[in-house]
Amino acid sequence: MAAYGYMLYFRGTPLLVQLFLVYYGSGQFQPFSGELGVWFLFREAYFCAVLTLAPNTAAYTAEILRGAVLAVSRGHAEAARSLGMSGPLLYRRIILPKAFRLALPAYTNEAVLLLQATSLVSIITLLDLTGMARIIVARSFEPYKLYITAGLIYLVITYTFVLVSRRVERRLSAHLREQPVGASAAQPGAEQKPGRADLTGEGR
Amino acid sequence: MLDLHGYGRMLWQGLELTILVGLGAMALAVASGLLGAWGKLSHHRAGRWLAGTYTTVIRGVPELILILLIYYGVPTFIQDLAARAGHDLRIDLNPFVAGVVTIGLIYGAFATEVFRGAFLAIPRGQIEAARAFGMGRVVMLRRIVLPQMWRFALPGPGNVWMVLIKATALISVIQLDELMPSADIAARATRLPFTFFFAASLFYLGITVVSMLIQGRFEAWSQRGTRSVQG
Repeated sequence: MAAYGYMLYFRGTPLLVQLFLVYYGSGQFQPFSGELGVWFLFREAYFCAVLTLAPNTAAYTAEILRGAVLAVSRGHAEAARSLGMSGPLLYRRIILPKAFRLALPAYTNEAVLLLQATSLVSIITLLDLTGMARIIVARSFEPYKLYITAGLIYLVITYTFVLVSRRVERRLSAHLREQPVGASAAQPGAEQKPGRADLTGEGR
Repeated sequence: MLDLHGYGRMLWQGLELTILVGLGAMALAVASGLLGAWGKLSHHRAGRWLAGTYTTVIRGVPELILILLIYYGVPTFIQDLAARAGHDLRIDLNPFVAGVVTIGLIYGAFATEVFRGAFLAIPRGQIEAARAFGMGRVVMLRRIVLPQMWRFALPGPGNVWMVLIKATALISVIQLDELMPSADIAARATRLPFTFFFAASLFYLGITVVSMLIQGRFEAWSQRGTRSVQG
């Protein structure tokens, strides 16, 4: 229930609000956090950005992993149980390795969206790529040149990352591609093929 | 209604504008999504190339950069062009229109994939059967393709909507007084930033939860007359 509420809140509200809540909202508790001696942390935009982005992406990742664990075919888990594996051992040896492979494409999407989401930290005064572009625009009054350049840089990082991740996926699922003819993938209990990273993740 | 030191009404008005921007952007996203899917599936190489570039670029660049580019970049670009041609031009985009257009175009790229997938999910045999009955393209689209595409695609636009409404928070950077700036003004005036941003976040959460419930209803409705997976 707590996990459900956490995931609903972080996935159901805009990241920008979450950032403001931590960066500006923490000011409301300044006397309290000052007493605890942690106020100097909340004064730092960088700390606030990390403190917001980490639980945010964790909520999306939790949803991906949940789906992947549920997608591991029942037969595998049952076979492992019949061999006497249970609990942590079953998860460590059977379910998690399969789930991670199934989750990889979706996780790549999530990582790309996180990368793009970091552009929001420029709104809470951090000078990341977007923040720098905005500062230079304010001085040079050449918005389209700078924003197009920044956009291209993001574009290159994004697709480089996607390409690398696709290669990793190919390697990890090699045994699924080179099946002998006739061994149909549609057999009950056959291993599911993971999808492809295609940038269709859940946005902020 | 909740009062929030007298700022409840202001937040409420901000919420109205947020929803208005969301609805306008959603309409544009569905339109450009259908257009994009049509391009991606078309036989013309130019159509495929255009639609492919559209989705590739939009999905590879952060929304914030695109918003800034459209709101600040496009007018200055046109002004520069005009200046080069010897005209003195001043263009100011309306933030509402700029917001709707940007968010709509961004999520149109996501809708493109949704509609493309839904179209591909229709069994080829049905298209062939419709052709064999002598249906033309339009009749086939209306009788066979769209009714089913709707069903396959429904979770998609629902998800696009939920992501899109969250993205509207970003257009506060182009000075549109939607929910975020309203909360910001109230937070500054009362010095209760946590209270107001938390209230704003609950408004967004409310939109998400209501949308999820409506989506569930719609899905159940669109699945009527089909067998569920459980049999």
